[in-house]
Amino acid sequence: MDTGTNIIEIQDLTKKFGQLTAVDSVSFSVYKGEIFGFLGPNGAGKTTTINMLCTLLTPTSGRASVSGYDTSKQRRQVQRIIGLVFQDTTLDDYLTAEQNLLFHAYAYGVPKSVRETRLEQLLELVELSDRRKSKVNTYSGGMKRRLEIARGLLHHPQILFLDEPTLGLDPQTRHYVWEHIHALRQQEELTIFMTTHYMDEAENCDRIAIIDRGKIIALDTPDNLKDSLGGDIVILEAEDSQKTMLELKEKYNLSPQLQDETITFNVPHGETFLPQLIRSFQSKLVSISVHRPTLDDVFLKLTGHAIRDQEADAWTQFRRMMPH
Amino acid sequence: MKAVLRATWVIAYRDLLRFIQDRPRLFGSFAMPLLFLIIFGAGFNRIIGALAPGVDFIQFMYPGIIAMTVLMNSLMSGLSIVWDREFGFLREVLVAPLSRTGIVLGKVTGSSVIAIGQGLVMLALAPIIGVKIDFILVLKLIPLLLVISITLSGLGILMASRMRSQQGFQVLMQIIIMPLIFLSGVFFPVNNVPVWLEVVSKFNPLTYGVDAIRQVFLNGNMSAVAGVSGDSGYALGVTIFGHTMGIIEDALVMAVLGVILLSLAIWSFSKQE
Repeated sequence: MDTGTNIIEIQDLTKKFGQLTAVDSVSFSVYKGEIFGFLGPNGAGKTTTINMLCTLLTPTSGRASVSGYDTSKQRRQVQRIIGLVFQDTTLDDYLTAEQNLLFHAYAYGVPKSVRETRLEQLLELVELSDRRKSKVNTYSGGMKRRLEIARGLLHHPQILFLDEPTLGLDPQTRHYVWEHIHALRQQEELTIFMTTHYMDEAENCDRIAIIDRGKIIALDTPDNLKDSLGGDIVILEAEDSQKTMLELKEKYNLSPQLQDETITFNVPHGETFLPQLIRSFQSKLVSISVHRPTLDDVFLKLTGHAIRDQEADAWTQFRRMMPH
Repeated sequence: MKAVLRATWVIAYRDLLRFIQDRPRLFGSFAMPLLFLIIFGAGFNRIIGALAPGVDFIQFMYPGIIAMTVLMNSLMSGLSIVWDREFGFLREVLVAPLSRTGIVLGKVTGSSVIAIGQGLVMLALAPIIGVKIDFILVLKLIPLLLVISITLSGLGILMASRMRSQQGFQVLMQIIIMPLIFLSGVFFPVNNVPVWLEVVSKFNPLTYGVDAIRQVFLNGNMSAVAGVSGDSGYALGVTIFGHTMGIIEDALVMAVLGVILLSLAIWSFSKQE
């Protein structure tokens, strides 16, 4: 990774759909060669941002550039150097894998001299060589995703955009897709820009931007984000929550939070703190657990709600917007 | 220019490839024209009999059926765009470094090649119906079918450029196809009808396509049309302000409409997000 060079630069990027502000004055940069993760619940503005970066949408205001080309003024140049794998499949189901790849090669003007070798090499990479002549409608979901990744790379892009690359795939296939993504970065000198709402997947990224309701609320490496919470997370239940809260505050100088009878607080070293606590604690405890912070915790801390809560929320809103 | 041509060829290539592999469509697009030919032909032939000396009803209708086949296939250009949008492939096309004008022209090229091909396949029926065809006729027919298919492909794409769902497009297509076909002079001459029907028919682009093809087919027998239209009242041709349209004039009307529809289609398709 070359932290000196920005391959994507975004400044005050905003997209409005009527009254709704999907992306709200977002600014950030992506380094050349990194895996950059865009993390947030559904409806947070991830796909809208990607669509602006890949020239499908024109920003309402602000600007974005990819490798120095403006995404709304120099569309053609941007399109040539990016590869895309969308959330939903964009393959032609009635054509074979080979025909889909050839269409892409023609559309991007891949020179004839390298076309065949490139095709073979990529099918090899995603382990679909034996299914080359099969129609795509005979493929499983995971195979389609792999084929799309191969297709996205066919024209040697500098950046690969992956919009929820593992959405709807079973855990085994997800793992498999990730193996491919890591292998790719080694082989192709790629920058990868991906969106996800799976916290565990975001751990694979070099840096993560957390987006909520159209705004970026944090941007750092996964480790730094987790460290920012101030150590491990202790969750306990007590017979008398109020008394326990008070004791934790006064005796240990902590700032616990109470939610539905469970008390949560952070301590720098959970595993050594717990024995101390148990030895001297006055109030009666029912259960106690400690874990290293996850990105879920980071999200919860930053937004005040869990990523899943909001998804349900977004879904309800969506349902309400529908005519019937 | 080079970018437009490349996009045109890439899109047309894929549409043709797709067509070859889609057998139901290959046969499906013959179904309605054939059905009309058989049902209307059998039903009306006895009642109507000869419309003009030497031209019976089936022979009168047959050129219109060819135009109809071309119409059905040309409007498929629109359906394929809506289909691609619904199944996602359109995004692959829109993010590729392809000229939007070229994409529209590619769709037109693809569907026109298919439409002309299907139209010519309908010629196989000619001997059964008792219409003589020869090589010259086919040569005359091809440019006419080309003009018709380009014009109607333009209409199809214009209709499709903002449509989100196939169902919606199918409904729109039914609403548009039926009047286009019934008011185009396929089934009855458009001169000997109530004024309102005549006016509507003469705004229908397909009317001129049907008329031109019919003139090619009924070459000798159109004399009933050319001169004596006003008197005999049995005019098979299309007259505008008392002037009977010739093949070239018909083709020109279609071509002008085609340029307008195609420009609107390109404009509308390019502006979408």
